[in-house]
Amino acid sequence: MKDIKILGTGCPKCKQTTAAVEETVKKLGIEATIEKVEDIMEIMKYNVLSTPAVVVNGNIVFKGRVPTSSELEAILAN
Amino acid sequence: MFDWLQHFADWLIYAVFGIGAETHLGAALNFFVFDTLKILLLLFLIVFLMGIVNAYFPVERLRNYLSRNKLYGGEHLLAAVFGAVTPFCSCSSVPLFIGFVRGGIPLGVTFSFLITSPLVNEVALAMFLGMFGWKVTVIYAASGIVLGTVGGWVLGKLNLQRYLSDWVKQLWENAQRETDALEADAQTFAQRLPSIARGAWDIVKGVVLYVIIGIGIGAMHGFVPENFFTEYLGGGQWWTVPVAVIVAVPLYANAAGILPVIQVLVAKGVPLGTAIAFMMGTVGLSLPEATLLKKVMTMRLIAIFFGVVTAFIILSGYLFNLVF
Repeated sequence: MKDIKILGTGCPKCKQTTAAVEETVKKLGIEATIEKVEDIMEIMKYNVLSTPAVVVNGNIVFKGRVPTSSELEAILAN
Repeated sequence: MFDWLQHFADWLIYAVFGIGAETHLGAALNFFVFDTLKILLLLFLIVFLMGIVNAYFPVERLRNYLSRNKLYGGEHLLAAVFGAVTPFCSCSSVPLFIGFVRGGIPLGVTFSFLITSPLVNEVALAMFLGMFGWKVTVIYAASGIVLGTVGGWVLGKLNLQRYLSDWVKQLWENAQRETDALEADAQTFAQRLPSIARGAWDIVKGVVLYVIIGIGIGAMHGFVPENFFTEYLGGGQWWTVPVAVIVAVPLYANAAGILPVIQVLVAKGVPLGTAIAFMMGTVGLSLPEATLLKKVMTMRLIAIFFGVVTAFIILSGYLFNLVF
């Protein structure tokens, strides 16, 4: 079970990232909770300056860009 | 460097379509094909290069460096240069602002970054390079950096902390120097290259329509009478620069769409400085950005911020007109 959070204030790039994460999770058939974090106070707790960022089980794996699907697969598969 | 592209455009229009080089239509179509391809190519290269620079120097590194070191004024320049090479995303401006505040970085230095980041824009750089050559491009980039450095310094002198939103003010008071924001990316550089290339491709895709429309308008050069605008805007009247900038600020536009229009204006007699000031007004200050900044600043601070930047853009417009 993976706990995935997408940090972003609701810009187009954040939406792209969310869509990409949802797609990869579906494709790999893994169990995961996907949560979008849009509250700036919550986002700042992760100590990132550039959004969108992707957090898996509490670790930041991507920040400041939209990850490609192959990058996401590599991260989410293990 | 672009000879092969010109050959391609010549071949396509004159040989494949069989439209004569001496006709208005042939010349306009040739210009259109050549310029569109050249600018899209330049754009891809510039965004790709910036992506690589950013992979090595993420903005977190700047923040950590500024939080640890005092540069006695040099930090404004550093922040502005960094802002110029960082592709601006309005969605990142708030987390970035907070991150800087928490690191105890002076407000003025943060403003230096925030002014330059949208002002020196990768799309505009590519289009300046493609349309006006490297000299104008360097002047545009350098003036954006100077504007950010000086503008941020002036804003820093105004003691604006009191106009931050209440919760940001608290952060400000509890700010700690020498703290770190997360710098490392989980990915190695080689792993990131495909996503940098794709990011560049996405930006090109996103503006291709504007470039085509804009250059399409530009291709009609021959159809607009020479010095059409000179009578109204080119006579060096003092009020043209401020009017151009003030009209530009609410007119938040894509740099890709506005630049070809500017090229036509300049070709038809509008002074280059007025045109560049107009462009800076459209891309540098935007209402969407103001709405986002409302989360961290009071309206009053946003108004001061925009006011100072507007004033400096107008000033640099006058300077440009003196230089050219």
